[in-house]
Amino acid sequence: MKYVDEFRDPERAAVLIAAIGDLARSLDRARERPLHIMEVCGGHTHTIFRYGIANMLPAEIELVHGPGCPVCVLPMGRVDDCVAIAEAPGVIFATFGDAMRVPGSRKSLLQAKAEGADVRMVYSPLDALALAHENPQREVVFFGLGFETTMPSTAFTVLQAEAEGVRNFSLFCNHITIVPTMKAILDSPDLELDGFLGPGHVSMVTGTRPYEFIARDYYRPLVVAGFEPLDILHSLWLVLKQIVEGRCEIENQYGRVAPRDGNSAAQDAIGKVFELREFFEWRGLGSIDHSGVRMREAYAAYDAERKFAIPALHVADPKSCQCGEVLKGAIKPWQCKLFGAGCAPETPLGALMVSSEGACAAYYQYGDLEGLRAKRAANAA
Amino acid sequence: MNKPEPGKLLRPQRKLRDGVHVAKVTLAHGGGGKAMRDLIDDVFVSAFDNPVLAPLEDQARISLADLALHGDRLAFTSDSFVVDPLEFPGGDIGKLAICGTVNDLAVGGAKPLYLSCSAIIEEGVEVDLLRKLARSMAEAAAAAGVAIVTGDTKVVGHGSCDKLFINTAGVGVIRAGIDLGAHRAEPGDAILVNGLLGDHGAAILAARGDLRLETRIESDCAPLNGLIDALLDACPEVKFIRDATRGGLATVLNEIAEASGVGVEIDENALPLRAEVAGFCEILGLDPLYLANEGKIVVVAPAAVAEKARAALTAHPLGRESAIIGLVTDGPAGRASMRTKFGGKRVVDMLVGEQLPRIC
Repeated sequence: MKYVDEFRDPERAAVLIAAIGDLARSLDRARERPLHIMEVCGGHTHTIFRYGIANMLPAEIELVHGPGCPVCVLPMGRVDDCVAIAEAPGVIFATFGDAMRVPGSRKSLLQAKAEGADVRMVYSPLDALALAHENPQREVVFFGLGFETTMPSTAFTVLQAEAEGVRNFSLFCNHITIVPTMKAILDSPDLELDGFLGPGHVSMVTGTRPYEFIARDYYRPLVVAGFEPLDILHSLWLVLKQIVEGRCEIENQYGRVAPRDGNSAAQDAIGKVFELREFFEWRGLGSIDHSGVRMREAYAAYDAERKFAIPALHVADPKSCQCGEVLKGAIKPWQCKLFGAGCAPETPLGALMVSSEGACAAYYQYGDLEGLRAKRAANAA
Repeated sequence: MNKPEPGKLLRPQRKLRDGVHVAKVTLAHGGGGKAMRDLIDDVFVSAFDNPVLAPLEDQARISLADLALHGDRLAFTSDSFVVDPLEFPGGDIGKLAICGTVNDLAVGGAKPLYLSCSAIIEEGVEVDLLRKLARSMAEAAAAAGVAIVTGDTKVVGHGSCDKLFINTAGVGVIRAGIDLGAHRAEPGDAILVNGLLGDHGAAILAARGDLRLETRIESDCAPLNGLIDALLDACPEVKFIRDATRGGLATVLNEIAEASGVGVEIDENALPLRAEVAGFCEILGLDPLYLANEGKIVVVAPAAVAEKARAALTAHPLGRESAIIGLVTDGPAGRASMRTKFGGKRVVDMLVGEQLPRIC
């Protein structure tokens, strides 16, 4: 595939791997313990596993898989709210497919559908708006989910619904924003992260400025990274180069897609429709201040939280769940007490096992655990 | 009793009824009376016409002596087909219902002989569409050299099924001396496929239309008994064959690893994949390893005969793009993995749920 295969060239990969190895071995620090680099985005995690990148890296580097999978971090209580809305009379509940399987405290949307709720899988919020046109007697609720990557399309859909005077369309807003969560991770005392691969498609909307505090206040390098395997390796090399040279900067490897200032039309639409919540709960991480958005008063007519009586009950994560420690790089997924013992992709307990982009599910599905353990043992010796 | 001669139309012993004169199926066509007989005669009997079916008894009667000519064990299988849409590029539910059951028999080393056909029809379906699908079944049966010798028809109310579901069961006879099984893989054995992967899954998804993607990808739906015959003739040492249908190649690899307690390692560079399918997966975030096929088999053969097996597959029209894609390793047991084109290695696990619903 032209313009795709170029980013998957094994020869270039070998050159980058060698260069990364040289940089890593030149660091005294890396001899004490491996460098922990977090890829923030679930899309990066997916690429790393799909192409087997973790095993290609030298033993001096360990990747820590971040919280950037919106499906994973959705708390059970919000899934319960989705089910309650979907089961309300007359409702068509429209959702992206990967949210269907996320377990609530009683059931998932997939189970609710099996029991008779009208849950439809859509590929875009505009498909949900089209459903509202086709079913004027029904209330169509779109399950808005994701970071700044998906926020603009949801915001534009609400604006279009308003412009068209559609009355039977609303949004159940669960959009979240990544920066406060990165800050929460950076603030934790047991943090063991040496640098970041920054989110690529979030940055396409927000630009790279929102990360500047990470270099300025926390002295950690961050490179906004693309999603092809060579993007990941190139970005890792850039992070290491900063560490070796004693720099802490925000660099942009994904300039072909993510401009420094982001996309102003998308930012305007987001600003028009959404406002920050005081706090939002993340599965595995707990409540984080200013980490979610809700709809502004002006769009109350399109806000499912105002239109429906939503239970909005808090459901605690399972006690022994160690997602938070995995996210901070304190433990590896397979070191969690529940990994494969009660928590598995069929029956996820923690956030990171929920979607294929979650770190634990990715290890479970794609991870060469034997290889990684061997590498870790070699490193410890 | 005579063996059926598929493809050759023989007049049935009972005169066919007049036929259906309405455009759509109604509940009356499932009522057990004249309307039902009209539908069965018009749509199914006239298309499937063969001497075993012709008496229209409640069961097909098959000579044991004739069966024994083909081998020493009976193979018996059943499969239901609920594909949506009913017609898609490269096939339809009728062709699929024949090929699926023929292939399930053939991968066990059996010569497929007789099939049943049970149709569950939703009221309101066009009779012309049923006629077309039944003809498609008859053509696929003729191509596979099997006869449809018994069947059943039910009509259900609107919403009780989606247009048409078909069940086919089939019997075949396993040739003497052949014992294929997923448990027989040993370290060093080669793994082969008979061609391009994922065409069926991609064709169905594109045909649904809700993605508004235009492709030229056609389903690979085909009866594989001829190909498998050629393979086993050339290479009786073959240890295992399975068709990579739902769950795709990845699922079969895991089944081999699990049943034999071995590791399986494939090479991404060796996988035969159509550029269109690769692009389709790229856009939709699908993994071609998990896409369904309806005309592809995975073969385990001892390394010494791997090249001979590949040559035998390649010589057949349904195996032109055959390839040796990997090998059986001594572990970790139960685990399938892939060397990626990029130079890494990843695990190839089974899917938890469905990547796509109702593909067959």
